[in-house]
Amino acid sequence: MRRSIGTTAAIAALALAATACGSDDSGGGSGEGGKITVTFWDTSNETEAKVFKAVAEEFSTVRSDVEVDYVNIGWDGAQDRFKNAAPTGDAPQVMRTEVAWVSDFASLDYLAPLDGTPAVENQDDYLEQAWASTQYDGTTYAVPQVIDTLALFYNKALLDEADVEVPESLEDIKASADAFEGLEAPFYLRGDDPYWFFPYIYGEGGDLVDADAETVTIDDESGVAAFEAVRDLLDSGAAITDTTDGWESMMGAFGNGDVAMMINGPWAINDAAEAIGAENLGVAPVPAGSVTQGSPQGGWNYGVYAGLPEDEMEAAQEFVAYMSSADVQQRITEELSLLPTRASVYEVESVATNEMVEFFAPAVEVAKERAWIPEGNSLFDPLKEEVEGMLLGQSTPEETASKTADRYRDLLGWQ
Amino acid sequence: MADASGPPAAVAGGGVTAPGPDRATDRKDTAPRGAGNGTPGGPGVGTRLRRGLSTHWYAWVMIAPVVTVIGVIVGWPLVRGLYLTFTDANEGNVERRIGVNTIDATYDFVGLQNYVDVLAGGQFWSKLTWTVIWTVSCVAITFLVGLTLANMLNRKVRGRALYRMALILPWAIPAFVSIFAWRMLFNERSGILNAALEGGGLSAMSWLTDPFWAKVSVIAVNVWLGVPFMLIAMLGALQSIPSEQYEAAEMDGAGPWQRFVNITLPGVRSVSATVVLLSCIWTFNMFPVIFLLTGGGPVGSTDILVTEAYKLAFQRSPRDFAGSATWGVLILLLLVLFALAYRRALRKQGDKEGVW
Repeated sequence: MRRSIGTTAAIAALALAATACGSDDSGGGSGEGGKITVTFWDTSNETEAKVFKAVAEEFSTVRSDVEVDYVNIGWDGAQDRFKNAAPTGDAPQVMRTEVAWVSDFASLDYLAPLDGTPAVENQDDYLEQAWASTQYDGTTYAVPQVIDTLALFYNKALLDEADVEVPESLEDIKASADAFEGLEAPFYLRGDDPYWFFPYIYGEGGDLVDADAETVTIDDESGVAAFEAVRDLLDSGAAITDTTDGWESMMGAFGNGDVAMMINGPWAINDAAEAIGAENLGVAPVPAGSVTQGSPQGGWNYGVYAGLPEDEMEAAQEFVAYMSSADVQQRITEELSLLPTRASVYEVESVATNEMVEFFAPAVEVAKERAWIPEGNSLFDPLKEEVEGMLLGQSTPEETASKTADRYRDLLGWQ
Repeated sequence: MADASGPPAAVAGGGVTAPGPDRATDRKDTAPRGAGNGTPGGPGVGTRLRRGLSTHWYAWVMIAPVVTVIGVIVGWPLVRGLYLTFTDANEGNVERRIGVNTIDATYDFVGLQNYVDVLAGGQFWSKLTWTVIWTVSCVAITFLVGLTLANMLNRKVRGRALYRMALILPWAIPAFVSIFAWRMLFNERSGILNAALEGGGLSAMSWLTDPFWAKVSVIAVNVWLGVPFMLIAMLGALQSIPSEQYEAAEMDGAGPWQRFVNITLPGVRSVSATVVLLSCIWTFNMFPVIFLLTGGGPVGSTDILVTEAYKLAFQRSPRDFAGSATWGVLILLLLVLFALAYRRALRKQGDKEGVW
């Protein structure tokens, strides 16, 4: 331990020195023989990476003078990595940018505005929600790649055995609790990741903040009701949760048949199907709260690094246009079952009949846009900690709502 | 330089080693040297500096690369960090070189405002309290366990080499690997610890989710990781105690406990003083254990000062450079003060043989 810290520091220092020396060429740029190199930082997972790499590198067939340098940097820490690289000129030409990162990067001037550039093609074809996440301050800073949302995953065999219909609301889940036998609980409620709280908050008609009115809304009645609903599900024994290692516990409990339902996203389809058998897995829109049904809209966009020289900028923009073109989106859906962001792609036969698209397309329709503000990611930590406090029995739903709201007001300086 | 050509013997005899009167006579003998800038009775600063340079230039040249490197990788960031604490710098207003675009820095000087904010807020003090508890308990337990194990391994037992190897093992595994392994052991639903408890008819514990047990867990893991270092250091110290002392004490009829208190403890004193100090500083800033095991949770109850400073600097948007630098400087100040106080306390107890 002791030694490893010293060694790590030494290696880090050396690495720092080495990268500082080599930083001139790390950003890509004009390669040998007059070829332009476009470096693309991808964040997709292992299965997806193979397809994205192949698709990205095929851009050379469209523009023979451009070479694509595909780098997969993984999802975890990708935001930090880009933020570390961007202010020193070491960023890639094109970055796969999560929908919530766009406003953050754009507010720091790291992304180039794309309105009226070759990057945006056939703008009206994009789904309205997907397009909204590319906007910051009335300007377009990214182009949509894929869209996703949370949905209810259920184990068909267990539901049949208990003779329970697929629940449409949290009330239904609660009411069905007695019907299940031999389970830990019917439902796994993810308690350690604030992204998973959105369905409950939206379900009561609430939201974290109202960005247009610059007000914090989490401590409104709707917010309190959402936390009460969570508390209620757990207290009534209809759900179990954990405040650490939630992902492993959730996937484990669902896979072992300890729970019959969970809320999850398209990225979990393969793992879940493998665990309980694809014929057993059902997906439905998230259960409603007392007011409505709502899940957070997620997904990925392509951002172009600001401050590229003219030729690289043009190549990067064309690369982005290519990657989000209808043809490429169709191919990605066919190979990876990710949800396209262009309306025209949904009409293609092979996409319309794709199982995953059939599952998730209705869920995406009830997906709600989050407040696309630069501080968006800072809103997660306070929410996570305060809800954790509630799950551990340290605070009531009212206290949780008001404490979270106080921290938001501190952070944002809003009302 | 006239001084530089002076006879080496005179320089060595007058300027460096011999004090007082000798130096005066030496000065008279070589009258022209230092005449101009020296004051009667002793050489002036300029002369001393020049003489030091002429004698030790070789040493200065030899350490120059090290001084430069340390200056660049430690000194400059330190000075820069200190400067940032007096500003309102964050990610959005520092200088950014974005490809061909450069955006100039726009942050302002705010004086001591950051320090006022941090010290007036309750967070710093509550984190400091826990950091102190964490440091004291980790170091105390690690030291006691290390000393005990070292004593046990310092005698001739069968398979001693094997035991020593086994006890040093935690040190040989990268810290993050052991921490992740521990995290799996602690897992409430699938962890082996709870499985063992339940198998033994006891109820499962919420190791990492209950604030109290989470604190116990992080301390336990840090002790587990820290014991090998203590063990090695104490074993070395024990082996430097001459065995005649034990034999003599045994002849005089001293029991094992008396021998331990009167020979072993004084014998390992100077080594333990040093390792305890080092250990305190390391533990105070032990980022990986907390960050990887609990991430500061539940509800920030295991966050020590450094993990909290990290959260300020990197987990918020925009990143608050000034605020986290302020925490960093305060942590540094605390450690410097602690080291000074510790050293003074040791001096008072008459410890002159330690490394300082």
